[in-house]
Amino acid sequence: MKREKSRSGFIEMTELTTPISEEQIRTLKVGDSVAISGVVYTGRDAVHKYLHEGGELPEGVNLEGGIIYHCGPVVVKDETGDWQVTAAGPTTSIREEPYQAGIMKKFGVRGVIGKGGMGPKTLAGCAENGSVYLHAIGGAAQVLAEHITQVRNVYFLEEFGSPEAIWELEVDQFPAVVTMDSHGKSLHAEVAEASQAVLEENL
Amino acid sequence: MDSLFESLIEIIRRTSAEIPDDVQRAILAALENEKQDTIAKSAMEIIERNIALAKEKSQPLCQDTGSVLFYVDCPVGYDQMEFADAARGAVTEATKRGFLRQNSVDSLTGKNDGTNIGPGAPTFHFHQTRETNVTVRLVLKGGGCENVGAQYSLPNTKLNANRDLNGCRKVILDAVQQAQGKGCGPGILGVCIGGDRATGYELSKTQFLRNLDDENDNAELAELENDIHTTANKLGIGPMGFGGNTTLLGVKILAANRVPASYFVSVSYMCWAFRRHGATLDEAGEITEWLY
Repeated sequence: MKREKSRSGFIEMTELTTPISEEQIRTLKVGDSVAISGVVYTGRDAVHKYLHEGGELPEGVNLEGGIIYHCGPVVVKDETGDWQVTAAGPTTSIREEPYQAGIMKKFGVRGVIGKGGMGPKTLAGCAENGSVYLHAIGGAAQVLAEHITQVRNVYFLEEFGSPEAIWELEVDQFPAVVTMDSHGKSLHAEVAEASQAVLEENL
Repeated sequence: MDSLFESLIEIIRRTSAEIPDDVQRAILAALENEKQDTIAKSAMEIIERNIALAKEKSQPLCQDTGSVLFYVDCPVGYDQMEFADAARGAVTEATKRGFLRQNSVDSLTGKNDGTNIGPGAPTFHFHQTRETNVTVRLVLKGGGCENVGAQYSLPNTKLNANRDLNGCRKVILDAVQQAQGKGCGPGILGVCIGGDRATGYELSKTQFLRNLDDENDNAELAELENDIHTTANKLGIGPMGFGGNTTLLGVKILAANRVPASYFVSVSYMCWAFRRHGATLDEAGEITEWLY
C-alpha cells in the first residue's frame, strides 16, 4: 500500500505490478485506488473483434496475468526514431462488452483499464476468472501519459492503424480506480440504479 | 494563404491543448464542490492537473482529438474553397505535429491513412456575414461523448414525454441518465428542440459555441437550462460516473422550427475536455483576436 499525496489529503493506493496474481486481484474491492506498474498492452475495438473471431496474439504479446488498456494513444516518433506517447487516456470500454469476458478467460487477463465501465457479461467474467475492471480518468491524456515510461513495441500498426494497434507500454504508478471487482460488485450498476431513483423523484 | 495556413494550425493547436477559460472556471468550481476523500474529488484533481499539463506541454488534453468541426463566418465574396484547402492542409500538418491523433478512418475499408482528411473530414460550416473579417471557430468533439448523444421523437410513451417543454425536460434528463459517466463527465449539453433529424443534431452542436456563462435570450429556455443543470447534478452520477455532486457543467438549448408532424429533441453531449476555440482573422489570414 502506498500513500499518495493529493491536494485534499492522502489517497491510499494499492500497488499492482504485472504479472498480477489471482490472489492479489481477489483482495481488490470496488472503490480501491490502484497504482499500476509493469507492462500494459493497449487494445480496443479492432483488436477485441480480431481476438474474439479466433485471431492469434502476435508473437511477443503475453497477456497472462497482464492488463489490457482500452486506449488509442497519440504516438509520435522523436528525432532518434523512438516512439513517444504524447497523449494516452482511456477510451469507452462498453464497446468491448461482447468480447471482453471471453478474452479475459482465454488469455488469462487479470485487469482491464478503460472508462465508463462495462456490463453484466464482463462483471460475471471478472468473478469467474479473478479479474478486475480498472477505471482511469477519461480525458486525462497528459497526466496518464506521464506514467508511461517507454513504448516497448507495437503490433498490428499497419493492419489496424495507430489508435487501434496493440502498443506495448511500460508504465510506472499508473493511477486507476477499481470500479468492477471479482466479487460481483460494480460501481457503475450501483450509481445507475441510484441515479434512476433520484431521477424518478424529480420528474 | 501561408498566413491563413499558419493561423489555422495555431487554432487547432490551441483548441487541442488549452481548455477555454469559461470551461476552466466551471471545472474549478466543480472541484471545490466535491467532497474530500472521495474518488470524485480525486478524479477532478487529476482533471485539473491534466488541464495544466496539456497547456504547459502544448499537447492534446485528450488523446481522442475527435471530429474536426470548423464554423466559419466570412464576408460576401470570400473564397470558401481556398479556405477549405488551407484547412485540410493545416489539419494534416497538425496531425504530423501531434496536435491531432490519426483519427479518421475509412468506414468501408477500415483503413486509417493518418491524414485526418477524407469524405466529411474535416467538416465545414460556412456562414456569410456583412463583416469584413473572417471568424473561425473550431470544435474537436471526441467519440466517447459523441456516442452518448441522443435524439428523441416526441411524444415518447416510455418516458411519458409529450410535445411540450415538460416533455423536452424528461427526455433531456433521460439522456443524462443514460449517459452516466460514459461521455467523460462532468459534461456540457447542447440541445436543439425542433428541426429535422439532421439539423436537430447539427444545431445542438452550435450550442457548444456559446460561452458557458451566457444567458439564453429566451426566458423559457433559460429556465429550462437552469432546471436541467440543477436537476442533473442531484442525480449523483458525478465525475466519470463515480458518484458525486457534479454531473453537468452546463446546459445550452435552442429551439428551431419543425414541421407539424415532427417534434425532435436532439441532445449532444460534450465531455469535460471541452475543446473549442476561435479567432478573428484579418484579410491576410493573420489572427487578430481570440474569441474565448
